[in-house]
Amino acid sequence: MAEPSDTPFETMSGIPMEGVYRPDDAERPSTYPDTRGPYASMSRSKVWTMRMFAGFGTAIDTNARFKDLLANGGDGLSTAFDLPTLMGRDSDDELSLGEVGRCGVAVDTLADMTDLFSGIDLGATTTSMTINSPAASVFAMFIAAAEQAGTSRASLGGTLQNDILKEYQAQKEFVFPPRPSMRLVRDTMRFCAAEMPRWHAISVSGYHIREAGSTAAQELAFTLANGFAYVELGLAAGLAIDEFAPRLSFFFNAHVDFFEEIAKYRAARRIWARWMKDRYGAQLERSMTLRFHTQTAGVSLTAQQPEVNIVRTAIEALAGVLGGTQSLHTNSMDETLALPTEKSARIALRTQQVIANESRVTNVADPLGGSWYVEALTDEMEAQAEAIFARIAEFGGGSLLDGVIEGIEAGWFQGEIADSAYELERKLNDRRHVIVGVNAFTEGNDEPQPETLYIDHEIEVMQRKRLAAVKADRDDAAVVATLERLRRDAADPEVNLMPPLIEASRAHATLGEMMATMGEEFGLWNETARI
Amino acid sequence: MERDGENLTGEPRGRVLVAKLGLDGHDRGVRVVARLLRDAGFEVIYTGLRQTPERVVAAAIDEDVDVIGLSMLSGAHLALVPPVLERLRSEGSDIPVVVGGIIPERDVPVLGEAGVRAVLAPGAAVDEIVAVMDDAVASRARHSAAGQ
Repeated sequence: MAEPSDTPFETMSGIPMEGVYRPDDAERPSTYPDTRGPYASMSRSKVWTMRMFAGFGTAIDTNARFKDLLANGGDGLSTAFDLPTLMGRDSDDELSLGEVGRCGVAVDTLADMTDLFSGIDLGATTTSMTINSPAASVFAMFIAAAEQAGTSRASLGGTLQNDILKEYQAQKEFVFPPRPSMRLVRDTMRFCAAEMPRWHAISVSGYHIREAGSTAAQELAFTLANGFAYVELGLAAGLAIDEFAPRLSFFFNAHVDFFEEIAKYRAARRIWARWMKDRYGAQLERSMTLRFHTQTAGVSLTAQQPEVNIVRTAIEALAGVLGGTQSLHTNSMDETLALPTEKSARIALRTQQVIANESRVTNVADPLGGSWYVEALTDEMEAQAEAIFARIAEFGGGSLLDGVIEGIEAGWFQGEIADSAYELERKLNDRRHVIVGVNAFTEGNDEPQPETLYIDHEIEVMQRKRLAAVKADRDDAAVVATLERLRRDAADPEVNLMPPLIEASRAHATLGEMMATMGEEFGLWNETARI
Repeated sequence: MERDGENLTGEPRGRVLVAKLGLDGHDRGVRVVARLLRDAGFEVIYTGLRQTPERVVAAAIDEDVDVIGLSMLSGAHLALVPPVLERLRSEGSDIPVVVGGIIPERDVPVLGEAGVRAVLAPGAAVDEIVAVMDDAVASRARHSAAGQ
């Protein structure tokens, strides 16, 4: 755990620092509407969580990387799953060919989940899982694995990404149609509200919207609109706003336009606080407070002269920190080429440690508050976002929940994002937008690429063998019975699917089996291909 | 499947099928490239997400395209791209295949041996992409002429 380098707080040359600077009549951090940050002293009392996203190969490989990250000063886990797992398919599925363990870790059954967190005290660290379409099923496996290891579900702390809306809009890892998918999200919200007080059921994610090509204002607006949709979903399910809103968290991109990003985070907090209070009637401050994770922009990295990516990532990470992030992942320099090597992942973590321990930017909350430029950009971000909310509300006849789903079904979000991506590409092509090493300063581009992590095809073979062994060992009757219960419960939209999913996980039903069983009730989603 | 970009001045510069193979849904690159090619005068057909080698080849032959562009970011290129070329050969087709996306340098020659005509790296400029596509279209025209 990184601590600020010096107490009492003073500059390197000994000038004392106050916790926050402001005129008497100006907003303070931790006061409504939270523009200046959710906590009074921000990073001074607790540095953000350095949460590095990791996962590759088998569960045993990733378990070793997790332990390495924890030993190196990382203080929260963040799990990357492979594409078959993200799509709810088993490693022996025909469509999984070539993809097993490649972009993340392969998890087919409870046995893999147990290996993944073996030797890690899940009650003592917090765990984030980046999973969406199969989120409820993977969450069920995680709970079953933790309980088997003696950790109660109530003591588990962490975050499930579980943001299905942005999958249809941006990342496109969808399986079921939007409406039954939202039922699964509702089930996890209800389950967490009742049984897991330390768990964040949804991480409303703008990251992927931005990576897919949106502008900063679109990232802000689409993400918060999705957040409002989940709020309306919870309210429609009979939950009280203050019962579940404190457990919604957010995940934003940190792109390279430094001040625009900081303005985006400040506007996000202010908009969320206002909407939660005024529109949704939240009473608790914690319901109004927007807390977020940040990841530096993968899309800003270049394959050319990859070492330069360290610099981009440092600028982006600093924007996240000055914008008041609660946790941060910094990308590694080689991520446009492959998954990061251990060394490049360490440099990325060290980048955060330099900011936290050397730069002293952490000693003052919202140090850019009051800057005429940053305040004007913050206001502009808010105004642009409000205009987009009005449009979405119009799609839904006043409801953001319906508006977002209608917008997805009509391809509106997808089209807006693609238009912005194309616009930026055209600016890049005629050099109105410069990227060092891509359309300027290309000397050095012909140097050989650095060594990258190579995922051996052998991993796929091993994982399939492991799955076959689990299937051979399990009690088939229990699998059939638990899946049958899951099917029955899936057919009744009022039933919460978390209990039958946990039961099926315990019986070692595979992820693919659980998803296929629900798919028979829910149907599958496919988007219309558009250029 | 969406078809687009009949050149306003008449004949298209060539017919291109662009596709995403495998489970990956990251379609920013493929859609941007599709639009760039369309604006450069190609007729572009986009298959949409999650295509198998069989489906890509069937669509390419059915649409009688001049070149196939495959977008690969997931690392599954060695498992999924060679089957496209094998399938084309077994169907007796000589449609050239170009791959774009995240391909480690060490895998580029492997794809070349499998019959891939060109590999476009991240950050490739529009001129380079268009030149590669023009070249692929021309190679097929020459090849077809020689065969007649």
